[in-house]
Order: sequence, then structure tokens, then C-alpha cells
Amino acid sequence: MTEVKQLVKGLADQYGRNEECLLPILQGIVTSEQHISEDAMVEVARELNISAAQVYGTATFYSFLHTKPLGKYVIRVCKTITCMMHGKNQIIKELESLLKVNLGETTHDGKFTLMETNCLGQCHKGPAMLINDKPYTDLTPEKVREIVMMYRNKELRSN
Amino acid sequence: MAEKINLKIDNIAVNIDEGSTILEAARKINIRIPTLCHHEDLCVAGNCRVCMVEQVDSDRLLPSCAMPVSEGMEILTNSLKVRSARKQVVELLVSEHRADCTRCYKNGKCELQELSSEYIVGENGFIDLVPLKNYSIDNFSPSIIKDDSKCIRCQRCVRTCNQLQNIGALSVAYKGEHMKVSSFYEKPMYEVVCTNCGQCINRCPTGALTEKTYFDEVWSALNSEKKHVVVQTAPAVRIALGEALGMPAGEIVTGKLVSALRRLGFNSVLDTDFTADLTIIEEGNELLQRLKKALVDGDTSVKLPMTTSCSPGWVKFIEHAFPEYLENVSTAKSPQQMFGALAKTFYAKKIGVEPENMVSISVMPCTAKKYEADRPEMRSSGYKDVDYVLTTRELALMIKQAGIDFASLPDDEYDSIMGESSGAAVIFGATGGVMEAALRTAYEVVTGREVPFENLNITPVRGMEDVKEATIKIENVLPEWSFLEGAELKTCVAHGLSNAKKVMEAVKAGTAEYHFIEIMACPGGCLGGGGQPIPTSPAIRKKRSEAIYREDALKPIRKSHENPEVVHIYEEFLKEPLGKKSHELLHTHYTERNRY
Ligand code: SF4
Ligand code: SF4
Ligand code: SF4
Ligand code: FES
Ligand code: FES
Repeated sequence: MTEVKQLVKGLADQYGRNEECLLPILQGIVTSEQHISEDAMVEVARELNISAAQVYGTATFYSFLHTKPLGKYVIRVCKTITCMMHGKNQIIKELESLLKVNLGETTHDGKFTLMETNCLGQCHKGPAMLINDKPYTDLTPEKVREIVMMYRNKELRSN
Repeated sequence: MAEKINLKIDNIAVNIDEGSTILEAARKINIRIPTLCHHEDLCVAGNCRVCMVEQVDSDRLLPSCAMPVSEGMEILTNSLKVRSARKQVVELLVSEHRADCTRCYKNGKCELQELSSEYIVGENGFIDLVPLKNYSIDNFSPSIIKDDSKCIRCQRCVRTCNQLQNIGALSVAYKGEHMKVSSFYEKPMYEVVCTNCGQCINRCPTGALTEKTYFDEVWSALNSEKKHVVVQTAPAVRIALGEALGMPAGEIVTGKLVSALRRLGFNSVLDTDFTADLTIIEEGNELLQRLKKALVDGDTSVKLPMTTSCSPGWVKFIEHAFPEYLENVSTAKSPQQMFGALAKTFYAKKIGVEPENMVSISVMPCTAKKYEADRPEMRSSGYKDVDYVLTTRELALMIKQAGIDFASLPDDEYDSIMGESSGAAVIFGATGGVMEAALRTAYEVVTGREVPFENLNITPVRGMEDVKEATIKIENVLPEWSFLEGAELKTCVAHGLSNAKKVMEAVKAGTAEYHFIEIMACPGGCLGGGGQPIPTSPAIRKKRSEAIYREDALKPIRKSHENPEVVHIYEEFLKEPLGKKSHELLHTHYTERNRY
């Protein structure tokens, strides 16, 4: 059995094989693989006896279920109205120039992916962003530079 | 009995069963409310919002297709509020739609176009968003073209593919402004589980899903001096073509169809019904041979139940979904492909035409037949056995282009050698028809007597039930079939692939014991095929079905084995059923395919 087959089978054993188990299984794949590959989707479809297109439809619907490989650190900047009014565009510009990628892209070293997301529930402290699971709020371009520096240094130390 | 509800629509009183929708109530009193996502064959979606109506004393508009009636309700379908909402909905849809009507295959047959013309969507609508969208067109499949720029996301196709067919080749992907109807990983339809049945095409209100057309290629062949163009027509075309040419559903137009094909310039006008009869002989004998091997020789490698193989949508479905059962599928080719293989061999020789100068065309109620004709194994004659497959709709278009007034055409007869057919062949076009045809012949081969049903009408396998079962007791058999004495032949008939899936799951679970299963991919059988005139509905399919059984009853020959041209082709060319020539030309094999 291939690795992904094993992973999906294990998740299906854990959560069940009804249609409503689709979401927890997909989340489980993201937790261990970060993104849901084409092969993984086919395996999920097989395990739950549903169509692969349906798995794809569900996976592409949710912002936190990825269908493409991402960097080690996924930066998600809130794009919703309050953060927009607090200047999320400057934050994104700053990140783009720091990381040398456009929105939606991953850096060449595979460390950072820059994305937008919907409201993070931090509107009173906007602009806000997430790096993996960690929220950062009241962002300014200076603050963003410091945060990115911190992650870069962390990476250097771990090498 | 359901409770009755009283309500008023546009000040007209209506009395209707509880649970009915406002839309149904309005239709009952002949008030038309426009709809787009609604379809009689499908569950309610309520997503297009073009069917909005106003409830008096309420400030909300209601979607009439989804809203059940309630006592004392007062509904307005034509108030200022309704009209302006409706117009805006249409304008919004058009703002995201590549409204390229003059270049569109659906021009004149498009529900969105019809609504836009009714509500005069002018220049002052919303800004055109199409240039900002990254729409793509998928035209890799020999059967289907999917053009996302024409899609209004009504999801009729998604519901068709999931509900009626239980394939799920199409699903809704992404959300909000990016939402689209997508195959797995947005792969071309050609590469995914799509069976090419075309049921989604039949229900798409716009030009987003259409068949790939070949009429231009056919016109070129017809205009070429050097080419001898042979055409075959499937059973279900003759009872539906009229609908696309202004006639009511359920008219038998066989004679006019033949006249029209001659007028268009086809050199030989022949009949797929001839090879339908031939299919019965080959497939019937294959069944008897499998039964003999299993019962007499104790051969455990013989696969039963045997299933039919004439529906290419069904064949592709089983290749994807139940590949472990491929050996259960009859090896007999579909009538279309049997015809193609014989046209460029037997028939070409008979009429003294070189097969390379012959162009073989078929007119089919089906879009899956286009894919079938393209399969690499369908070249038994040494050439592509069937060059181009036209749908019933495409032929109707060619007849219009040629300026022929179809309704006033005289009746004409098919050419001979491969043009004669029995009533058994005609009913191939309806669910249960192949089973009935096979039983009429097999029972007689085994017992020497006709099937014990009045006028040969095997009614238990007729009708539109999802799955039909019939058991035929075989008694007083001829000596060479003594092993079948007293046997009960268990048969099953299913139409629509969701029913096919149910049957195959029962077979797999061991809860169903059948000897012979007939499966047609489309609801109602070929009469409801993906290439048939649009629209389709249960009532239309019922009319077509009645026409098919009328045509059967009118035929002087009712049994495949009594078709004189079939008898003749065995004497002169094929020699015997399942013989060497048959294996070369009339039988095939299947391929396991992927899960997505
Ligand atoms: S799908 Fe309908 S509205 Fe769109 S271009 Fe074609 S005919 Fe026009
Ligand atoms: S052709 Fe049939 S199987 Fe293919 S997408 Fe349409 S409904 Fe589904
Ligand atoms: S392809 Fe046709 S049926 Fe499907 S959602 Fe689009 S417009 Fe509706
Ligand atoms: S709007 Fe940005 S966190 Fe709510
Ligand atoms: S027809 Fe009622 S919402 Fe689409």
C-alpha cells in the first residue's frame, strides 16, 4: 500500500466512511501533508465511495484545505472589509517586496507562501494576518518586516 | 389523499395538492413563470432566482420553484417588483456570460437567450465581466464540448450527473465569484469518469454543454464525387426526429426520415435496426452458450450474469466503476459498430465500392456513440468502421440547412441488404426492448415455440420503472437444449446509470441472482438519449416510448431471427452465430479505466 493510501485508510478508519466524514478526513490530510494531492483525493473518493469530482469540489471550496503544495510558513492576510480599511493593501505590498513573490505564490526556497483569507475575527485589531496557526494583529509595514525577519532567523538557526 | 390548498395567483383562484410548489400551481392555470435552474427530472436547486414571485403583504420575493403553496396565499407573478427583479437577475447572468449568440450552437434554442430577448436586456445592464474571467473551453472529447464562458452555474448538469446517473463526473468547485462546474481536478472530460451519455447536454439551458458536431465533415463527404456515403439510423431516431422539426412528441417519422436522407444525398440509406436484429442473434447465442458451459460442462470460468453491451455509456461506466465485471459484459458489439464493420466489408463488396472510398455515417440518439466510434478497437474492417456519428439534433439541423420541409415529405423505404428489420429491433430504443427482443428469439430457439405472451408483447419488461425483473420458465425444450428443461431464466432490466449502479451493487453483494441483465445508460433507454431533441421530460419520454411499441406492433416481422436479410447474411457471409467471421467483425473486448 502506498503511503497516501495508508494515510487515507487510517483517517477513514478513524472518522468513518459516511459522506459527512469527508471534511474531517480532508482536514486530517492537510494536518499531516499540508496539501491534498490528486492521489489523496482519489483515495478519499474510493474509501467513501463517492465521486472524485465531489472530493475536489469540497477541497476547493474551503480556504484552509489546500490542493497545491505550499511553503513551510503560510502567511494569510485578512482581506475582509475592516482590515481592508485599516490598510491591508500596504501590508500585502510590503510582504510582496520582502518575500519577492506575488499574492498566491511561494518563495523559491519553499519557505513562505503568501495568500489572502477572509475575516479572522480580529477586526478590532486590524490589519491582521495568520502565519500557519499564529495570528498577528495591528500590523504596520515595520512590524511585518520584523515578523518576517524573525521567521527567517529561525530558519537560519535550524539549518 | 393529499390535502388541498387554496390560493390566488394573479387574482385567479387555484386549488392544488398540499406540498405543490407555487410554480406548479401557476402552471396549472397556464401562467408561465420563467425558470432556469428548475428541471422536471431533477431535484429543486433554487439557485438562479429567475422564478421569483411576490407575495401580497410581504416584502420578500419568493422563489416559486422551491416554495410550497400555503392556504390563502396571494401571489403576484407579474408585478412591477417581480418584473424588475427578474430583469436584473437575467442582466446579472448575462454580465458573466460570453453572450456570443450569433456564433453559438445553441442560438435559437437557448433558454438564457430566450429570457434575454423577452426582457430586452439592453446596453444598460451591468458591466461585462467576461474579459476579467479566466474561462476555458474543453473540446478534447469526441462527444462533449464544455464551454465555461457560457455556463450560468444553474447546476442542472451537476444534478443530472449525480442524481440521474450517479456518476458525479461534474461537481461544483471553488466558491463565490470563482465558483464553477468542474470535473475532477479540472481535467478534460475525456480523461475522467464521464460516460459521454450526454444527459447533462440534454438539460443544460445554455451553450455551456453541447455535443461535438460533425455535420460539416458529413456535408463534405456528401459533396465529394469520389465518396460513397452510407448512412445508418438508430431505432430511437425515427420516433423523435420530428420533435426537432416542429412536430409533436411521439410521431413515427421513419418514412420521412428515409426520404430526407436521400434528399440530402446519402448514397445508401440503411438501418441500424438490421444490425440490432443481428445483435440479438449473436448476443442470444452467447447467452445460451454461457448457460450451456456453466450448466452442462461445469465450466466455472464462465461469467454470469451476462449483461448487454449495446449502450456505450453503460460500457464506459462499467469500465470505470466495476472493472472486475468486464467479463460479464457480452462481447457482442453495439448495433452501430456491427453495422460499421459490415458496411466496409460485406456491403462494400456487394455493391462494388472500395472500402477506402466509403464514408460510413450513423445517426444516433446518443452522444456516447461518438466516443464509441473513436475507440481504437473499432477498426475491424481495416478502416474506421464508423467515420462520423451525428445526433438526432444534428440531422435535424442538416435537414433545415438543406431547406427541406420535413413535415410534407413523402414516406420512403430503406435500401436493401442491410435495411430490413423486425419489430424486435425497433424496441431496442426503449428500456426493456433488448431483453424483450432477446427473449422472443432465445425462447423460440430453445423450445421451438413462440414466447408465451399475447402478441409477443413481453409486458413485464416494458415501462419506466427504475429496475424491472422477470423470470421466464423454460419447458418442453427441444432435445439439444435438454439441460435447460424446467430452468427459470432470471432477467433484470435497468435504465439510467444510477439504477445500473444499484443493480451492479446487488450483484456484487450476492443479493441478486440473475442470468441476463439489460442496461441502458439513459433514462427510458435510447429514446431518452443524450443526442435526442431538447427538451426532455417524463411525459415526452412516455410519448416516444408509446411510438416505439406502436412501430413494433405494425411491423410484419416481429422476431430478429425471422428477418430475411439476417438469415441471408448468415448463409452468405457470416456462416454461423459466434463463428470465425463474427468474432473478427462483430465482437469486441473492454478496458479497465481509472476511478476519477
Ligand atoms: S448560450 Fe445562449 S445566450 Fe449564450 S451565446 Fe449561446 S445562445 Fe447566446
Ligand atoms: S455526459 Fe453523462 S456522465 Fe458525462 S458529465 Fe454528462 S451526465 Fe455525467
Ligand atoms: S454547464 Fe449548463 S447545466 Fe451546467 S451549470 Fe452550466 S449552464 Fe447549468
Ligand atoms: S476584517 Fe480582518 S479580521 Fe475581521
Ligand atoms: S428556477 Fe427557481 S430558482 Fe431557479
